[in-house]
Amino acid sequence: MTTEDMIPVDDFCLHHHIEFSFIRSLRESGLVEFTGAEEKLCVPESQLPHLEKLVRMYYEMDINLEGIETITHLLQRMNDMHQQIVLLKNRLRLYENE
Amino acid sequence: MEFIDYYNILGVDKKATDEDIKKAYRKLARKLHPDINPNDKEAHQKFQQINEANEVLSDPEKRKKYDRYGKDWQHAEQFEKQQPSQGQSTFTGGHRSSRNTEGDFSDFFESMFGGQGRSRQTKFRGQDYQTTLTINLTDAMETHQQTLAVNGKNIRITIPAGIENGQVIKLKGYGAPGINGGPAGDLYISFSITNHPRFKRSGNDLYTTAVIDLYTALLGGETTIDTLKGKVKLKVNPETQMGTKIRLKGKGFPVYKKEGETGDLYVTYEIQLPTKLTEQQKALFTELSKLK
Repeated sequence: MTTEDMIPVDDFCLHHHIEFSFIRSLRESGLVEFTGAEEKLCVPESQLPHLEKLVRMYYEMDINLEGIETITHLLQRMNDMHQQIVLLKNRLRLYENE
Repeated sequence: MEFIDYYNILGVDKKATDEDIKKAYRKLARKLHPDINPNDKEAHQKFQQINEANEVLSDPEKRKKYDRYGKDWQHAEQFEKQQPSQGQSTFTGGHRSSRNTEGDFSDFFESMFGGQGRSRQTKFRGQDYQTTLTINLTDAMETHQQTLAVNGKNIRITIPAGIENGQVIKLKGYGAPGINGGPAGDLYISFSITNHPRFKRSGNDLYTTAVIDLYTALLGGETTIDTLKGKVKLKVNPETQMGTKIRLKGKGFPVYKKEGETGDLYVTYEIQLPTKLTEQQKALFTELSKLK
């Protein structure tokens, strides 16, 4: 079994100068997985880059939560399609140079 | 040194208010931010420029200096006299440089504001690096280590068995250093796996052909074939047809990061007809043909 470091959301908010209400909205939308009760909310270390990306979208790019949700889904689809292209390219190689 | 028109970059005019600048920056950031454009080098470069433009134009002090000396090259000399420590080459060239500003602020920004540009509050993650590593199919079958040089630094990496052609591995923190104390970028290694002359790969399965002679195909027998992990003896059924495909379970490619799991090897038989028949063989084949 693997263990993972958990970051308290309070520390994260303090470090990034962000409001806790934003984290609460992210939690409600299911965009980031948090653990623990609200007063002791934590985020797994592996989720940090993703969470920081969402923070940048909200605070630096001024994108609202609905926009962030849409973009996140589209980026995920883009990533899936990229994987599929790689897979198809590999299959195509089977028939090339024959 | 390259002159950059920050107003032009943000698409605002010189009379733009702070609010206009903020709006223009955010609009462009939504389009070009690296978070929205993963793996798009061009967008990353453009974002560096709009970010730099925003840093200058959103700061009243810096904007004032930029407005004063920005486009007016004739005042450069005067500026240089006021700022002798910044070196004589500051404005002497005047030509557009072809220097790649990727991952950094422009020289212009540096020369106008010296170190001030870097002391801003916002921390930025360093640029991601991308590289391609070519390995052959046999190497991709085994977990092994390789050293690759990225920006003058040797990095030793472990390549897990079963890596796919086109697969990308991320090495966190091996990209360019961050800006203003921000975290370093990541290194993305894209794998290119060269074709093998005798084996084709599809996912975790391998495909190959085996040549058997006419007599073995007709009467059955044994043949030895090559796999990527050595030779394997196969039983050939009587009356095996040209193009018959057999599956050797577990003799294919290892499944990426799933120890002990392996794909299958598919062998297609090709039947080689005898040539330079002797008189006796010809007679026997003739006799056979009369029996059909």
